[in-house]
Amino acid sequence: MNGTFVFIDNKEIPIENEQNLLELIRKARVDLPTFCYHSELSIYGACRLCMVQVEGMGLVPACSTPPTPEMKVSTNTEEIRKMRKIIVELLLANHSQNCPTCQKSTTCQLQALAKRFGITKVRFKNQLREMPPDESSPSLVRDPNKCVLCGDCVRICSEVQSVGAIDFAYRGAQTVVIPSFGKALDQVECVNCGQCARICPTGALTPKSEVDEVWKDIHNPSKVVVAQVAPAVRVAIGEMFGLPPGTTTTGQIAAALRAIGFDKIYDTSFTADLTVLEESGEFIKRVTTGDRIPQFTSCCPAWVKFVEQYYPEFVNHLSSCRSPQQMFGALAKEMLSSELNVRPEDVVVVSIMPCTAKKFEAKRPEFEHDGVRDVDHVLTTQEFGRMIEEAGLHFKELGPESFHMPFGFKTGAGVIFGNSGGVSEAVLRYVSEKLTGQKHESYEFTSVRGENGIREAKLSVAGNEFTLAVVSGLGNARRVLDRIRSGEAHYDLVEVMACPGGCVGGAGQPVFSDPVVRRQRTKGLYENDRMLELHKSQDNPYITELYGTVLGEVGSHKAHELLHTSYRTRKRILDEDVSISSGDEKSLDISVCFGTSCFLKGSQKLLHDILGHIRSKGLNARVNVNASFCFEKCDKGPTIKVGSRTIEGCTIEKAIEAIKREGVALAEEVRQNV
Amino acid sequence: METIRKFERVCEIIDHNQRNAARLIPILQAVQAEYRYLPEEILTFVATSLGISPARVFGVATFYSLFTLKPKGKYLIRVCNGTACHVKGSMGLYGAIVKKLGLREGEDSTPDMLFTVETVNCLGACGLSPAMVVNDEVYGQLTPQRVSDIVDEIVLKEAQNESDAHGA
Repeated sequence: MNGTFVFIDNKEIPIENEQNLLELIRKARVDLPTFCYHSELSIYGACRLCMVQVEGMGLVPACSTPPTPEMKVSTNTEEIRKMRKIIVELLLANHSQNCPTCQKSTTCQLQALAKRFGITKVRFKNQLREMPPDESSPSLVRDPNKCVLCGDCVRICSEVQSVGAIDFAYRGAQTVVIPSFGKALDQVECVNCGQCARICPTGALTPKSEVDEVWKDIHNPSKVVVAQVAPAVRVAIGEMFGLPPGTTTTGQIAAALRAIGFDKIYDTSFTADLTVLEESGEFIKRVTTGDRIPQFTSCCPAWVKFVEQYYPEFVNHLSSCRSPQQMFGALAKEMLSSELNVRPEDVVVVSIMPCTAKKFEAKRPEFEHDGVRDVDHVLTTQEFGRMIEEAGLHFKELGPESFHMPFGFKTGAGVIFGNSGGVSEAVLRYVSEKLTGQKHESYEFTSVRGENGIREAKLSVAGNEFTLAVVSGLGNARRVLDRIRSGEAHYDLVEVMACPGGCVGGAGQPVFSDPVVRRQRTKGLYENDRMLELHKSQDNPYITELYGTVLGEVGSHKAHELLHTSYRTRKRILDEDVSISSGDEKSLDISVCFGTSCFLKGSQKLLHDILGHIRSKGLNARVNVNASFCFEKCDKGPTIKVGSRTIEGCTIEKAIEAIKREGVALAEEVRQNV
Repeated sequence: METIRKFERVCEIIDHNQRNAARLIPILQAVQAEYRYLPEEILTFVATSLGISPARVFGVATFYSLFTLKPKGKYLIRVCNGTACHVKGSMGLYGAIVKKLGLREGEDSTPDMLFTVETVNCLGACGLSPAMVVNDEVYGQLTPQRVSDIVDEIVLKEAQNESDAHGA
């Protein structure tokens, strides 16, 4: 196809490697409108906004029409202009009309198109059947009244993240995008990454706002409100105030937080430095003893939930380190109340994060002690931007200010955490010195940097060969995990971030759809690293001091209490057991796992044999049999549960024995009752 | 033991379709033939077995009007409301059945789950209009009196089966 041309509005445009007309038209610098076209997703062709006139073909959707040489394309005929207007008008006629109070107002593409096409009046009667929004999730709000059914969220969730928590349901005018069986978002397999909200052109999926709660605590004189700012925020928030993506605004962020009324301003990069020491300590220990290798990073809460629900056999491969956000929360609650002389419940920790899953993480039960949460509120970059607007601050004009010590001091290693590959690089900067016992001049490990969603690096440190995988996007993570499981791949350390590109591309960041924006933010963070005096977490003097005064040494008992956590395996969807046979009220419960792994290990045959046994012994009235999904013992399947006992590697003999044992107890109980 | 047989049948259906996600529709058809509807936990089980998300299975199950997620009565009465039947007074038939079964507004099944009544848009039996189908049996040229009699006949047959079962 190279060396040939198409004619777009009479201009000759060379065909290079473009797969469809839309890409060529955009190359010709004509901004053809679309809802459902994204270069990172499959082509869907639903919104019909990219219709163009092709000589000899009539009207065709540009996104799904491959270019052929000499094609004559018109993008702006009277017919096309009329049609675009009608499409937008029809969408508006079936759309919530509360634009001024919508979270997406000013960044909404439907609003932008209505303005661009000069639609001042919708000629059709509003047909919206008002449905209640789903506010169950701690991270996201789904408002079906604002959905244009472009399917972007459905495709990013299944194609990029391999989760598929939402999909189209019903048909025709009843069509909606919802979780399975119309359940609430917090009842299903959603990992809260929020990529759906990032890609949603309207306000149908948005990050859940905690702005009001934060203002309330700021205005409460008895509360000391402490902010922690994640690395990726500093290179993105400027976009909301007209600065180019990637512009570092650390000083302005500190100034804005102070002006808004935060009492203390700290940097999550400080606890990222702390994470590096704890996680590297764990890594060295595990890799030298061959214990649970590969080690998986645990900074990303969407990734953690993903492992917990899809790969239970790998849960203990996750580093036990809390994420930097939660390390900060624990330390702040432990240290600040005595230091600032306030009651622990009056210290309010607010995180400013590029992420929606961090809201979910802060609410995990593991991070609450005696009713006090380690992190009280999580604001996304967007929400923080809105607070700046609400306070009437001219962000660009703010004179840079500094963070408070000691938790405001960071090294470059803590800052690059916001990039995919950043955690690995920071760990390598520590491990390479720790294992050799020498100080190195250089600090950049560029082999773990890059754009690809799956990157591998082999490094030799002090005579040890380490293989690393750096992964972003959960679909990529699934591919890597499957290869590890099948034995095709071996790694020592696997870094995973749920969002493509890492935290800089998080769903809490200012709205963007062009991957160039993310690239510039990534570059911004690496530049930040270079500008800082220190680049290695172990050189952070306040970290050294913290170990001296509070924590003891890396991996100490105190460090474990404050900085480490545990995980659990979880069902993807609540209440999904299949009842196969029910006895009377006093019956013994038997559940047979039908999870993928147990199924492959023969749970279907086992269930069949158990049912045969029950039938032949006439135990029907005395047992309830369920097919269940996953008892989190996948490595030792097939697993069954008899009463309260879990039996791994179960055979029919083991099952019969267990039923007999429980059966005796049951018979006695029945006898006593009679 | 009925549920055991059904569940084993679901496992067979999935295996018979090579656990192939592309065969989701035939799988759902076979499952519905077994349960007379698609229970939620069975759909989740099917999704897990095929390695696709339950939301996708739910989407397919709600897209086709052939599938139902609500339990249906033992006798499913489908009154045709296609153009020809409509003109010949199918809604009158529908009203007569609803009245006969004592269904209230918004109800489509009797409390004993013996009957479910619904309308369909054309059975393709326009020559017999107004027509209806009870399970697989087609009835044509109906009148409100006739549909009422058909319901009575079924009730009578059921009562006889019941007493036969008890007598045995």
